[in-house]
Amino acid sequence: MNAAHAHEAHHDELPRGITRWLFTTNHKDIGRLYIGFSVIMFLVGGILAMLIRTELLRPTLLFPPEIYNQIITVHGLVMVFAAVMPATTGLANYLIPMMIGAPDMALPRLNNWGFWLLPPAAVLLVMPFFLMLFGIGNGAIDTGWTMYAPLSVQGGIGVDFAIFAIYLMGASSLLSSINIIVTIFNMRAPGMTMMKLPIFVWSWLITAFLLIAVFPPLVAGATMLFADRHFGTHFFNAAGGGDPVLWEHLFWFFGHPEVYILLLPTTGILPHILSTFSRKPIYGYKAQVYSFWAIGALSVVVWAHHMFTSGMPVAAQLYFMYATMAISIPVAVLFYCWFATIWQGSMTFETPMLFALGYIVLFGVGGLTGLVLSDAVADQQYHNSYFLVAHFHYALFGGPVMGIIAATYYYLPKITGRMYSETLGKWHFWQTLVGFNLTFIPQFFLGIAGMPRRIPDYALQFAHLNMLSSIGAYILGSAQLLLVYNLIQVMRGVGKKATTQVWEGAQGLEFTLSSPPPYHSFETQPVIQ
Amino acid sequence: MALLSGLGLAALVAPDAAQARYPWEFPTPVTPVAKETLWVHNIFLTFISIVFVVVLSIMLYSLFFHRKSRGAKAASFTAPRTKLQFALSTIPFLILAFVDYVVMGIPAYHAVLAMANTRAGSQMVVKVTGMQWKWQYEYPGLHIKYLSTITTPQAQIHDQAPKNKHFLRQVNHPLVLPVNEKIRVILASKDVIHSWWVPAFGVKEDSIPGFLRETWVKIDKPGVYRGQCAELCGVGHAFMPVVVDAVSDDQFKQWVAKEQAREQAAKAQQAAATAVTYTEAQLVTMGQKVFTANCAACHQASGMGIPGTFPPIAAGHAFSAAPNMIAQLRKRGFITPGGKIVEGPVASHINIVLQGIAGTPMPPFGASLSNLDIASVITFERNSFGNHTGDIVQPAQVQAARAANQKP
Repeated sequence: MNAAHAHEAHHDELPRGITRWLFTTNHKDIGRLYIGFSVIMFLVGGILAMLIRTELLRPTLLFPPEIYNQIITVHGLVMVFAAVMPATTGLANYLIPMMIGAPDMALPRLNNWGFWLLPPAAVLLVMPFFLMLFGIGNGAIDTGWTMYAPLSVQGGIGVDFAIFAIYLMGASSLLSSINIIVTIFNMRAPGMTMMKLPIFVWSWLITAFLLIAVFPPLVAGATMLFADRHFGTHFFNAAGGGDPVLWEHLFWFFGHPEVYILLLPTTGILPHILSTFSRKPIYGYKAQVYSFWAIGALSVVVWAHHMFTSGMPVAAQLYFMYATMAISIPVAVLFYCWFATIWQGSMTFETPMLFALGYIVLFGVGGLTGLVLSDAVADQQYHNSYFLVAHFHYALFGGPVMGIIAATYYYLPKITGRMYSETLGKWHFWQTLVGFNLTFIPQFFLGIAGMPRRIPDYALQFAHLNMLSSIGAYILGSAQLLLVYNLIQVMRGVGKKATTQVWEGAQGLEFTLSSPPPYHSFETQPVIQ
Repeated sequence: MALLSGLGLAALVAPDAAQARYPWEFPTPVTPVAKETLWVHNIFLTFISIVFVVVLSIMLYSLFFHRKSRGAKAASFTAPRTKLQFALSTIPFLILAFVDYVVMGIPAYHAVLAMANTRAGSQMVVKVTGMQWKWQYEYPGLHIKYLSTITTPQAQIHDQAPKNKHFLRQVNHPLVLPVNEKIRVILASKDVIHSWWVPAFGVKEDSIPGFLRETWVKIDKPGVYRGQCAELCGVGHAFMPVVVDAVSDDQFKQWVAKEQAREQAAKAQQAAATAVTYTEAQLVTMGQKVFTANCAACHQASGMGIPGTFPPIAAGHAFSAAPNMIAQLRKRGFITPGGKIVEGPVASHINIVLQGIAGTPMPPFGASLSNLDIASVITFERNSFGNHTGDIVQPAQVQAARAANQKP
């Protein structure tokens, strides 16, 4: 503890004000910046979601269709790139050095740069909305987050802004991935072999490799798109010998692994939470690690299942269908291990545990409906319908977002040294669960009945279910304000002091440090038995 | 999960002619592919619902009995402890693999092959061309070709009039197909990627510029089937419905004869109209109708266009857009160096409407509009929205422009 006190004294030497955050190379400061940025962008994306559901509340036009297209596109890009990815990266920055017994990340200056590329990227995404108000351009990107050519070749300056945002976010992701890999390989405490790594660290190691593998093709594709738009090239223009479907391949070669990039870090955090609140060690550590490898490997060879209606040859349809089905096996192994971890435990249901259990149920629905979508012919009905929208929201909100919220509540006392309001946390959970299901269950039926996605106005037979879905969305959206309130209260220092271990059943090196932890996690490396 | 909630939601799905018996079913299938898809879909949903319920029950059992407040003591196992347990723990995955590759995999294999078999036994070919934001249907061999555009009035879309039953899913000219014949559907696009989707046919195929894609239908029940574009294709994406009128063989033959006669008559009328000289008032009245049907979706009924995307028709307004579009407008004399829209030369105006502007959303109307239509819409545009050039364009001028364009 003496060592810890000495560190606290160092706090006085920290630069105060904005320069502390601009120039910081400390993994915990950068982790907090990432998480704070993510919360803000989650709210921005959430407001856009509320606008979408307001437009769809009734069959009429509230926004002109071109504005609606911008709203859905920016909602998707913001949620994926500026809300979920920074949140998992922030958790990695904050937790990995503590979990592996290191003083900091291996490349601290790179780490700083990696974060500070993100806010400009977010500004680039959103700025065209405001430029339009001053008569410059025709608003933000309006092509859907998939940016299919040639629609994206036709689009206005919003597309160019989005391309530059992708460059910045890509560079940021690559830097943080390299940093994470280098840290994990070089900075582990003595005795912490690879197969003793905390499972969250493993999940991020695979995620980092995936990011390095798949972000460059997207950046290459975006550059080709930019060249088509401004320099008269014909990569995606059939009249010049190009192929619009090439964009789909480049995009989904990135886009499908991206789903696992969002998902894997949260499948890594989940066993920690389940184990803590069942007071029982993680079940099937090795099986989960091998499943991460399998999911990582399979995720880069199944991309064209997003393109079953693009007219692929029979052999490609069969291959991508069967390869996609294969992913269900390692994912099922993860589910099995989660259930076996809580089985015969001694469970209590604090907020992080509730969100972790909610994750299992909601992501389960996302996974099962994903299995159905893998059928190349049945997919002709599901593709680009609201069934698909419901499916990927179960997979991406039910999975990553629920997981990130669980992790936030789980580590909040560790990060701030204060306990949050458990009552508000539980309200947050139940309101989220009810709101989420009310929003997205109707969408399965809308899709099956034939409603396509990305339309601002719809036929009358879809009216009732859309209204139900919008009401659910308002419940879901307002629930997140409880999280924000809880976060603000804890940051203001309200709530009782957290202990070092925080939770009765918590294990791991991060729970041997004080709450909040010292500025430099471990100056003397702990030795792992 | 979906299956169970479906029971509760059944009451909420408004009745529709094409609606299936249960809300978790697709609209009543009328083609072999759609029937197979529905069958597979029902098996899948049953399977995943059972999996969901069983697994959720196990979880709820655990949540109830293995809780600290009931005095549960935590076990400490971290892996299967015996060989038997290890063997048992593989069972769920073997079941899953069996469902993946046998229960789902085998029917899916046959369905993929059946779906791809567009040619064998096909009795007719229809070419469907997507364009922003309408469909063109062509019957090669029958010399029939026409555009199919939405007919829902703007007033209904903007809530200024009560919405009718087929709101957003009605067109001026549906695709007419005979029942019980295998029809090969070829898909093409003139601008961006669209996707032709009729849920009752179980068919959704992208129409991709520069390439041909194909699929097939064999409809077994006469009726009107409705769907819409399923790939985001710009501001009019929600407003390009697909309506298919499936009729008996006899009715189809009658329709073909009528359609061919109509096209003949249109040609004759075109020739006759080209010879006539119209007054400005006549042309403006006719032109307004043509404008509403063909131009207003982009240039707006007000003629003000959409900033950054679709230039105004009304002169004197500032317009900025992608450099290519501005360059094209400048080349044709429709924009000042200061960025204001002006009335360009008449000849240039005629050619824009006839040929479109390559590389911009402006499509060619030469094939779909008659000389009279084009003459009247140009006259209308040049004498409305505050434009008062007094220019009158006669059908003969359009005919002359067509002839000039055909010369090498």
